[in-house]
Amino acid sequence: MIEFLNKGFLTTVQDNGRFGYQRFGVPVAGAMDKYSLNIANILVGNHRNSEALEVTGLGCTLKFHTGNIFALSGGDFSPVLNNVPIENNRAYYAAPGSILALGGGMQMCRAYIAFAGGLDVDEVMGSKSTYIKGKMGGIHGRAAQNGDIIKFCAPKTWLPNMEHRFVPKECGPQYSSHPTVRVVLGPQDDHFTKDGIDTLFSYEYEVTQNSDRMGYRLEGPEIEYQPGTDGNIISDGISLGAIQIPNKKPIIMMADRQTTGGYTKIATVITVDLPLIAQLKAGDTLRFAPVDIRTAQQLYVERLTTLRFIRDNLDSSTILSRKVMNVSLDGAAYHVDISEIG
Amino acid sequence: MEKVEVNYLLCADRALTVEFGDEISEKINTQIRGFCLMIEEYGVPGITELVPTYRSVTVHYEPDIIGYDSLIEILDTIIQHLHNVSIPESEVMDIPVLYGGKYGPDLDYVAQYHKMTPQQIVDIHTKPTYLIYMLGFTPGFAYMGGMDERIATPRLSTPRTLIPAGSVGIAASQTGIYPIDSPGGWQLIGQTPLALFDVGRKEPILLNAGQRIRFVPITQEEFDRIKQAGN
Repeated sequence: MIEFLNKGFLTTVQDNGRFGYQRFGVPVAGAMDKYSLNIANILVGNHRNSEALEVTGLGCTLKFHTGNIFALSGGDFSPVLNNVPIENNRAYYAAPGSILALGGGMQMCRAYIAFAGGLDVDEVMGSKSTYIKGKMGGIHGRAAQNGDIIKFCAPKTWLPNMEHRFVPKECGPQYSSHPTVRVVLGPQDDHFTKDGIDTLFSYEYEVTQNSDRMGYRLEGPEIEYQPGTDGNIISDGISLGAIQIPNKKPIIMMADRQTTGGYTKIATVITVDLPLIAQLKAGDTLRFAPVDIRTAQQLYVERLTTLRFIRDNLDSSTILSRKVMNVSLDGAAYHVDISEIG
Repeated sequence: MEKVEVNYLLCADRALTVEFGDEISEKINTQIRGFCLMIEEYGVPGITELVPTYRSVTVHYEPDIIGYDSLIEILDTIIQHLHNVSIPESEVMDIPVLYGGKYGPDLDYVAQYHKMTPQQIVDIHTKPTYLIYMLGFTPGFAYMGGMDERIATPRLSTPRTLIPAGSVGIAASQTGIYPIDSPGGWQLIGQTPLALFDVGRKEPILLNAGQRIRFVPITQEEFDRIKQAGN
């Protein structure tokens, strides 16, 4: 088990989310940055969508009362294990009595800590994700408090290829404080003028203080509605990454969004770029770029293929040596991961 | 059912909203129920979740199992056959309500507002069967249609900070039940002892889109008995 010596700013248990209950008005919740959740889990041998700690803004300090394998992914919170600096995206074993301490997230605001075998916390409607407003899931439906103790479900002292269980940073989304985020127009792009849509794609938008797990409120040029429309519609479903435009300013709907709503949604952020949003802090800026639905789906399927490759490579073969390099070929950059398998 | 036409609205790579119309009507609700029923019976691989609303259904799906073009092909087929589907009558569920007193602190105000007696308000409120168009806002909150306009009442000017779960209220020409303790500005006329939302239950949410409900007035004794029985 682990004990929270310091809870940090906002630390919750999150998995992939609570699916199947949106029709009953239950928000999905789940990790904001799914890629980092996936990587942390794969590194410790879990299913990629298993639960992990989502650490926000300022890190927590944990004491391992039981030994277990863990991995960090997402933002760099200057983690130290027993006062020795450790890396993100690499699996470590923490012996009983170890202390893992995270600092502040400087560039990116969310980090994930996955533990081999998972965490023994409340599972509600098929998910361990914490939905704080609904007081459900995770640590009794709330954020971690100092002194909280969580049991491991099935801790491990060893995993195959332990010294090679790392994932190069270049492999995943290209995180930035000023990213360009790709979107597919719709569901209600026809409620906006051509100028309105051009505005969305031509200017930088800034993340405001008023941004959280529910949504990111942006500040920037106003987006024009079609004459005769005012940004309101008869309520319909809200999918992850939907860009609502109430009062002519965008809000990107994130993990804890309500399931339905009555504002027009001009476009939706594609799945592979959602992690870029999840890591933005107040004051960061972003741009939007249009992409078509088929490209968006191809990118999603490629992302899944990469994650499966990483998992299979770490879990099912014996790695004798592993080398990772970046290669430039005909002007294109490639990321090459060479494993010698025995 | 007559021929149905829909619009497909894109929600990026993993969801699609199928829009049946741009109004709140029982006709559209019947089409939506038929559509969801067919998908559930058909069992389309890759479709992970359906979210019906007043006028549309958001279909969540996994593009590595079913791509956009194949999905549209299947949905087109379903919609073409929708007019042949016989949709079962929606089930009517009785919701017991203790009206007035501390359970419905605004009943007297609503009565005064309409120059009626509290009993007349209760009679008008318990007469119709209400259609649940959709759930949303908070877990288990049902958006219902069918309230008699004669008891339509504006919201409170200052919302309450805490409304107990089960409270039955009126806001303009809508009526609804608060599934969980929450703040809100509805005129509260009564309370049901039923738990609309209980995470410990096999079916955590009592109500479902497409169902009909009827409010049935009960006494304090019946209220206590149902509450104690833990539903």
